[in-house]
Order: sequence, then structure tokens, then C-alpha cells
Amino acid sequence: MRSATAALHYVRRNISLAVGIVLLLALALFVGIGHLVVDTGKSRPLSAPAVRPPSAEHPFGTDRQGRDLLATMVAGTPLTLRIGFIAGFLGVGIGSLLGFVSAYYRGTVDTVIRGVVDIGLTVPGLLVLIIIAVSVKKGLTVDQMAIIVASLAWLNPARTIRAQVLSLRERGYVEVARLSGMSGPEIIVKELMPNLLPYLAATLVNAVSSAILASVGLEVLGLGPIDSPTLGMTLYWVNFNAALINGWWWWWSAPLAIILVVFLGLFFLTVGLDEIANPRLRRAV
Amino acid sequence: MRADYLARRVGVFVLIVWLAATLNFFLPRLSGQDPVRATLLQQASLGGHVQTGLEAMVKEYERRFGLDRPLWKQYVTYLRDVSRFDFNYSISSYPRTVNSIIAEAIPWTVGLLGITTVLSFTIGTLLGALLAWPGAPRWMRLLMPPLWALHAIPFFLLGLILMYLLAFRMQLLPMFGGYTAGAFPGLTLTFVGDVIAHSILPALSIVLVATGGWALGMRGMMVTTQGEDYVTFAEAKGLRRLTIFLRYCVRNAILPQTTALALALGNILSGAVLVEVIFGYPGVGTILFHAIRENDHFLIQGIVFTVIVALGVATLILDVLYPLLDPRISYRRT
Amino acid sequence: MRNLLVHYGTPLGAVTAADSVSFSLRAGERLGVVGESGSGKSTLALAILRMIKPPGRIDAGEVWLDGVNLLALSDEAMRQVRLARIALIPQGSMNSLNPVMRIKDQIADALRDHGLAPSRRQVEERVRELLESVGLRPEVADMFPHELSGGMKQRACIAIAISLRPRVIIADEPTSALDVVVQKQVMETLARVQKDLGASVILVGHDMGLMAQFVDRLGVMYAGRLIEVSPVRDIFTQPLHPYTEMLIASLPSLEQKGTFRGIPGLIPLLRDLPPGCAFHPRCPHAVDRCRAEEPRLREIRPAGWAACHLR
Repeated sequence: MRSATAALHYVRRNISLAVGIVLLLALALFVGIGHLVVDTGKSRPLSAPAVRPPSAEHPFGTDRQGRDLLATMVAGTPLTLRIGFIAGFLGVGIGSLLGFVSAYYRGTVDTVIRGVVDIGLTVPGLLVLIIIAVSVKKGLTVDQMAIIVASLAWLNPARTIRAQVLSLRERGYVEVARLSGMSGPEIIVKELMPNLLPYLAATLVNAVSSAILASVGLEVLGLGPIDSPTLGMTLYWVNFNAALINGWWWWWSAPLAIILVVFLGLFFLTVGLDEIANPRLRRAV
Repeated sequence: MRADYLARRVGVFVLIVWLAATLNFFLPRLSGQDPVRATLLQQASLGGHVQTGLEAMVKEYERRFGLDRPLWKQYVTYLRDVSRFDFNYSISSYPRTVNSIIAEAIPWTVGLLGITTVLSFTIGTLLGALLAWPGAPRWMRLLMPPLWALHAIPFFLLGLILMYLLAFRMQLLPMFGGYTAGAFPGLTLTFVGDVIAHSILPALSIVLVATGGWALGMRGMMVTTQGEDYVTFAEAKGLRRLTIFLRYCVRNAILPQTTALALALGNILSGAVLVEVIFGYPGVGTILFHAIRENDHFLIQGIVFTVIVALGVATLILDVLYPLLDPRISYRRT
Repeated sequence: MRNLLVHYGTPLGAVTAADSVSFSLRAGERLGVVGESGSGKSTLALAILRMIKPPGRIDAGEVWLDGVNLLALSDEAMRQVRLARIALIPQGSMNSLNPVMRIKDQIADALRDHGLAPSRRQVEERVRELLESVGLRPEVADMFPHELSGGMKQRACIAIAISLRPRVIIADEPTSALDVVVQKQVMETLARVQKDLGASVILVGHDMGLMAQFVDRLGVMYAGRLIEVSPVRDIFTQPLHPYTEMLIASLPSLEQKGTFRGIPGLIPLLRDLPPGCAFHPRCPHAVDRCRAEEPRLREIRPAGWAACHLR
């Protein structure tokens, strides 16, 4: 209880963190309550009359294929987040493993990993993802989508974590641990990990955010899971049906608003976490 | 030492291009069947106006990549073609070649992205530097939250909002395309004005988002730089605040910004694919979108390869020029 | 120079980094200031230059130089004083030169910002002169800091510091992180230019050996307070303050090789100082008065000042 108040106290000072948490909590509430109240089955085409503006029956309106947009949002938001989280976790997991190994053992391993990461980061990610997505068979599932996005999501974490471990490695206590006979993996888990937790958290949020951005991008281009009502796919249909020119504002404003909340929430969360991980920036903001 | 440095950079460039080409070649084959062939055959079976071209294309494709030939032979042929920038015909708009389609789109994209990138870099870097200046007026701090918020939004989402507000509701600007349909392209004043009017919205959505990124990046670097020992010593030297600010803080903080600018300029072709798509702007992003829609594999591969080569060239130029900006670099690297 | 009297307190937020520090400095004199890290000696150097950064603040005190109270000057006037009257030689371990500017430009901008706008040729001439006076080759002018060794960089800093013939030079651990031979060269350079200029020097550091060789008088700082100021010879033979005594006793000497005795106990945290004399928890002679009342710096013997109740 005491730590809870202390945490609350801290959050009040770290405004970015607070804003991020509030935005994401609001989103979680929307989805949570939505799943209890709304029939997500209506997110399938032809379950409602087509192109209706918001009304009592369809609070967010309906689209041209007869999806209820409220149901689509309630069903689609977790799907989009799911892609982001799977890809983000995979990316940070693989990336930080490589980062740790690379920075801790140095030598040839480091040279190879660093080279691959450097080259990988120069190549525009969206294009590589496009090539991959075009190459695999049609009819992607949400999870396959996540894995495609994850195929590049480890690059950034690998670089960030490597740099952090390198700087930690120089500090005394790692040396002490090594002299006291701890093995490499043991030092990584017991000594380095705890110190890197705030960084790992910030990196993870960042990776989730980039993964969502990439997946929405692919989906808007028509390379997503065509049958799933994810936010990006909804925007694809918006574009496909020229909803904007036709004045069907409700069709795109709902997914747009939710995506905005997702990105802003994740962004402020990163800023807040950065502040924890890197107190030097604290006074500057 | 310099020659060594140069050789390494060129090596990296060649490596990147080769990797991109290889990826382009092998990825479609990983799925077991040959999707290019499948698409071609599928299109051919549909018949219609493209029929004649398709037959020629299938033949050409078979000649180059015939599945009866061993994989490495196909790969060698492919690499040879790619090194000559020969990407075959476009499947969806035969008999146009992939090259001619890309060549037509490039000026649009380079124009839009080139101007917006330089513009947002300039405004953002200035703003970021000012934000870190101790003498800056207080109200400037109020700019930070909106900059942050804008920066977190993807280009194309802001594009949608702007399009709705400025083009659809207020009808201030044209909402779609690169110029009014039916206008006769040429170097007349009306046409140029038309093009500019059409590019304001996509440009605005890029500039608004990107400026925030540059400003935050610059400000971060400035804060770091201001903590450096040489800034403290500069103050002890009794230098004017402006001298310290410009020659010790900005001068040093701008180095990483310049690197980022070069990379952004290299990314020009793929930087705003989605903005182009949303606004139907006739650039590389839009043709890529159509190519994806129509399964035009040759065109997709051509675009991706071109973009990566452009990026590689930009990186290479940066690597060659950077030692001029930062005297430490040529020594540090090699 | 007549009387330089420094007296001020500097609370850093709730932390007092330097409290009621007073001393005077005569023209041409070399004063040393020693103390453990965190004792406030670098704060002292920055405070004289009025370069304490927020959240730090100079709350009270006076710094008199030639009849002018520096703490009462306008910011612009203070800026003019820096380098022209009081110059800083930064710590040897720091990168105090801008890595992307040539050495000559880093000297030239100082000249220019102090209202000296001589022609390009005059600047080049002056730069060469200055470099020569610290024993650097003229080619160094066109080099970048990364092309110089640590000792050369430090001498370049000295060249900058003396470029306007200051009355006071503050050297903040100018030889830290330099090896012994280079250290000696740098100190010799410093001694020579000081003699040429007739300037006073405040040498801040923790190397008692270096102090013994270089300074005339030595001040000892503990927990943000100046606890003793005496001529350097007296300090080594007859220290007044128990802390100084222990500091000197802890020095490795030739007779007792390898028996380096530390001072028992830890230096107190500045934000959590004990009441009374800050040193009393570590002091072997502490009496009740030390725990209750803070001693003031007073003259105990001619030219020998200390802050201790027991003297």
C-alpha cells in the first residue's frame, strides 16, 4: 500500500508517464467494457445496413460492407494491439538477447551482430516488410502479420541494449562479479538485467509502437489480414471506398481517433520511462 | 587512411545493394511456388486487353528464370539484369517498362519529399536549438507538448485529418492527385500553380510531423552538449552567450542532426509512401501501392530495389562528406 | 594586487557546498586548496568565476578583486572579468577544448569577445606567441584537439587562460589524469607563465605532494568549509586542525613505505551534516563543544588560521 502511494506520488511528478498511462487505460476500458456490452459479431460484413451515420442503434455508424463500426473498433483494437505486442515482445526478446551477447562477449560475435544491425537499420523497413508480405501467400492471419513485423523489430532493441550493456560493463560491479567467479550468463541475468530494466521497458514500449505503426502501414497498403477488422484494415477499406471524398466521416474518424490514442499513449509512456531510465534528462524538460 | 575509409564505405554500399537484390530474388521463391509466374499465368487466364503483352512477358520471364534451369543460374541472370537496372515490363501496364514508370514517378516524390524534408529539418533544428537556449522566451516552452504530440502521429493520419478539414470541409485546397485531372502538364504558370496547390496538403502533413522530430532531436543534443566540459570552459573564457551558443553548442549539436538529415534524404523515395497513397499523389509511393494491388511483382521489385540503391548512395555520400564536418571522424573510424 | 578577500556561502538547493569560506590572496601569491572529493573545492573555483549553475546559487558573500566586488557586478561586466582578470585552467581529465574547432580559433574567439578585434595577422601573431610561451609548436594552432596529447591539450588551455594577462589564475586539478612526467611539465609551464605575468594562482586539488612543491600557502577544505589556511611549510610541520594532521599523517612517506593509512570514517554527506563541527564524528580529540557549536576560522598563530575549538 505504501509503495502504491509512493508510485502514485512519483507518477504525479512524471507527467508524461501519467498521460501515457491514462490514455492507455482509457483505451483498455473502452475495449473491456465494449466486449461486455457490444456484440463483436457485428464487425463482420453484412451484419448491419450499409453506410449509416452514427445513430442510437449504431453509435459509431456503419461502413459500406455493413459492419457496425463500434463492434469493429471493439473487436479490432485488441487485434492491432496484439500485433504490436507480439512483434514488440519478439523484437525486444531477440534484440536484447543479441545485444547482451554482442556487448558482453565482444569479439567476432559483436562484429557480426553489429554489422547486421547497422545494415538492417539503414534499409527502409516498410519496403522490406512489403516484399515479405507480398511474397507470402495471401490470406494472412493476425499472428502471421505480427511475425512478419517482428522480422525487423529486433534491430533497434539490439542496438539500444548493446550500447547500454557496453556502458554498464565498464562499471566496477561487473568487474567485481567477474572476479568473484560468476559466469557470463550469470552476470548478465543477476547484475546487468536489473540495471537495465527501465531501459528494457522503454525499448519495449518503443518497439510495440513501431510494430503497430508498421502493421497499420502494411494494412493500409492492402497487405494485411484481409478478413480481420484491425484498425489498419478499417483504414484500408476507408481508402478503398474513398470514404473521405464521399463524406462518410464517421467511418474513418473512429479508427483514426483510436490509433491516435494508441500512438500518443505509447509515446508519452516512452518519454516517461526514459525519464526514469535517464534522470539526466529530467531537469531538462 | 582516407583511401581505406573510402574503400570500406563503398564495400558496405555494395553489400547493402547486393543484399537487397538477393532478398528480392529469394523471398518470393521461399513460399514454394513461384508467385511471379503464378500471377502472370493467372492474369493470362483472365484474358482481356493485356493478353498479348502477357504472353510475351511469360516468355521473357521463362527465358530468364525458367524453372527448368538450376537456381544459381537463375540467380546469376537476375543479378546481371539488376545491375543494369533492367526490371522487365510492368505486368499491369504492359508494354510500359518498369523503368519508365518509376522514372516518371521519381520527380514527384523527390520534389515533394525533398522540399518538405529540408524545410522541416531547417525549421525543426532552429526551433530545437532555440528551445535549448537559456535566453529563449518562456512561452517557447509551451511549444514542447504540441511538438511532442504531433511527432508521435504518423504522417498519413495527420494527412487524413488535414484533408478532411482543409480540403473537404473548407474546400481551401484540392484534395487529390498531383494536378487537376485533365490539365495539360507543361511548364506553364497555371500548371505549376496547380501542382503547388495540390502538394500543399501532403507537404503540410509531412512538415508538421517531421518538424517536431527534428526539434526534439536537436533539443536533446543541445542539452547533452551544454553539459560538456568545453562549454563550461568556454564560459570561463568570458565568451558572449551568443558565441557559446552558436560556436560551441549549436555547432556541435548539429553534427548528429546532419547525419540524420542525410539519412532522411536517402529515405526520400520511401519516406512518405502512405501520404502519397492517401492523397493519390503521383509519386513512387502511389505506384508502389497500385503495383501491390495489381500484383505487379516486377514493378514492386523495381521500386524496392531503386529505393534501396538511392538510400545506399545517400549513405555513401554522407560517409564521404562527413569528415569535412567533423574533423574527428576519419581518425576515429579506421 | 592588493587584497582579494573571498567570503561567501553557496547553498546548492538544500545542500551547502561551500559555507562561509573566507580567505585572502596577495598579488603573485600561490594559494593551494586541498580537500577530498566532494569537499566543495571545485564549487569554490566555479563560485569565484560566478559560474555556479542552477539549481546551485551563490546566496551571500563578497569576492573583492582590486576594489571591485565581483558578486555585485552585472552579468555582462562579470563576463568581461572572466579570462581578462580571472582565468580558469580546467581539470586535466576533461575535454575542455571544443573538438571541432582549431586551437587558434579557440584562442581567437576569446580575444574577439573581449573587445579585441585585431586584424587576422595580429591574431595569428598573438596565437603563436601564446603557444610559444607554453612551449607548444606554432603548428599546433592549426590542429584540432584530438590531434594533441593530454599534456599538449592542457598547455593549450593554459595558453588560452593567459591570453588576456589575467591577475588571478584558478587551476582546478590541472594535472589530474596526466602521467607524472607530463604532470611535471604542465606544472612547470604554469609556474613559468605565472611568474611572467605576476599573477596570483589558486591551485585546487587533492595531491598534497604537488601542493608542497608548488604553493606558498595552503587552504584545507572539509565538507564545504575552509578549516585551515597556513603557509605551506607550517602546514606540513605543524598542522593546526586535526583533519589536516590526519591528512598529512596519511601521506605515504619514504620511511614507512606502503603503509598508507587512510583517515578512519567517511566524509559526511553535504545534505546531512552533523551539528557543530562537521569533522567531529571522525575527530579523535572531539569534545562536547565540538558537537554543539560550529567553530569559526580564526588566526591562531601569525598567518596561521584554523577553525577548531581545540586551538
